[in-house]
Amino acid sequence: MSGLRVLQVGPVVSVQDMGRPGLLERGISQGGAADVLALAEGAALLRQPPGLAALEMGGMGGTFEVTGALRIALTGAPMGATLDGVALAWNASHQVAAGQKLVIGAARRGVYGYLHLGGGIATDPLLGSRAVHLMGGIGRAAQAGDLLPAGPDAGSETGRETGLGITPEDRFSGGVLRIVESFQSSLFPDEVLARFGETAFRRGGRANRMGVEMISDGAGFSAAGQLNILSEVIAPGDVQMTGDGKPFVLLRECQTTGGYPRIGTVLPCDLARVAQAGQGAALRFDWVTLQQGLEIQARYDAQVTSLPSRCAPLVRDPAEMADLLSYQLISGVVSAGADPFDTGDNK
Amino acid sequence: MGRHEQLKFPVIRTVGLQGMLVTFADALSEPSNRATLGFQAALAQLAIGGVIETSTSLASVFVRFDPSSLSHDQLRAQLESLLADQDWYGASLPEGRRFWRVPTVYGTDLAPQLGEAADAAGMSEAQAIDSLGAARVRVLTIGFAASQPYLGTLGAEWDLPRQTALTPRVPSGALVQAIRQFVLFTAPAPTGWRHVGQTGMRLFRPEREDPFALRAGDELIFEPVTRADLLRLREADPDNGGAIVSEIAS
Repeated sequence: MSGLRVLQVGPVVSVQDMGRPGLLERGISQGGAADVLALAEGAALLRQPPGLAALEMGGMGGTFEVTGALRIALTGAPMGATLDGVALAWNASHQVAAGQKLVIGAARRGVYGYLHLGGGIATDPLLGSRAVHLMGGIGRAAQAGDLLPAGPDAGSETGRETGLGITPEDRFSGGVLRIVESFQSSLFPDEVLARFGETAFRRGGRANRMGVEMISDGAGFSAAGQLNILSEVIAPGDVQMTGDGKPFVLLRECQTTGGYPRIGTVLPCDLARVAQAGQGAALRFDWVTLQQGLEIQARYDAQVTSLPSRCAPLVRDPAEMADLLSYQLISGVVSAGADPFDTGDNK
Repeated sequence: MGRHEQLKFPVIRTVGLQGMLVTFADALSEPSNRATLGFQAALAQLAIGGVIETSTSLASVFVRFDPSSLSHDQLRAQLESLLADQDWYGASLPEGRRFWRVPTVYGTDLAPQLGEAADAAGMSEAQAIDSLGAARVRVLTIGFAASQPYLGTLGAEWDLPRQTALTPRVPSGALVQAIRQFVLFTAPAPTGWRHVGQTGMRLFRPEREDPFALRAGDELIFEPVTRADLLRLREADPDNGGAIVSEIAS
């Protein structure tokens, strides 16, 4: 069977898809990939549906042996990747053959890299999804010795639709997070809400698939009656204030309810930017109205839908390029981030 | 805008871009819990297009929806109309509820914060065990983690605030207490509540056909047993730790 045998793997590597909607009333959050845009990019590169499962690699990849002819794609936080010692482009799709060895190293920027297989990773679904839900005790992180089987893929032998690349939206270095008021925002004094939007934050040391700590200089952000409010539903993107007024942005694998007040909710389209911020990355919150938020999200959703049309062959003759500067100059040997002139990623 | 004024219940508010919350009260009560469970059941029956899922919290019903196919205004109108349909505070509890008697160790090294909680409630440890061990509580809602119940309502003497600092880790089956409620933990986790008791209940069994032990509306008593008894029961019955379950006649 085509697939990948895990020879060695980082500590936070797990199979992820879009998660499990519909189990909130059972206490299980949707979960799924921390960066769902990376799932969609991988699907676009392999010309397959975005609901298929991929391997999410937190901070560090692993070493994999190819068990049968296979198409793969690499997306998300750029990581060094080699196939039998030859460098592979990131944000691209490739054909691999039985017996070849794929090595994926540490993230150069960002946190979560993704390894996609043509046909998706076909582990057994549990409660309607293949996504490992670490907080919920569903499945477990990948370990050496695991086999990641590929689902049926017409292109596995021919390499149909490989050698494509895509320029990702740069979400790997922090930045601005658009946030809307939510049902508990009014528990916070107006002064605190305003100060929250003016404060320069950086990503703290506590971060995982459930949530990410934000640290700042100066006073914390507390609500009135903070320790006695009723536990209430949590949505991914909610910014929760712990007892000492320190914000955590909650991600898709968050708990489903909680008693700490939420100052607002980061737009779904900016959650990948939270998950992908490396420790110390600079972040800031920008309050938008509900209407503005809906428009921003709708524009983003349209962009995600257009991803397949934005994939292009990796090696191009410059003479055929209408607008040279709009392309990412990937040589096919060395991977690059979004900025082709960001020499930090290149050798 | 008057944003900090008192709310009039029931109230409909937004949760981020893709959620709406119908809240029946800002404190726990029997009528608001009935309203919550009854309203969610009715909403599920309506099967509104564009609604992705619904859930309850202690006194609210949450609706997650796709604003690209169901607008905020449309959903709000549907919720308002359903709210007007009946007196939800008098709704009946769900059918098929069960009663669980759960062997529980209070205090000892297995539940080290009993003394602290008893102090805060102004009782001796023995009085606290008598009080907590005799309370018949109901699953008010499931949340936080898979199959994890919020249980209440305990007497006013147990209206203790959460701790300012987190207890770093309580084990699976831990019974913790704050704000007139218990929570029974599914999996090891940090908590702001006090760890007063320990049970052998395993609440989430993903490998089983029915993975979820408890349902909203089930009732439980956490009956005091010795440390040695619990260890023996847990050995003999790894799923339920010796808990005995029966149907509640409706």
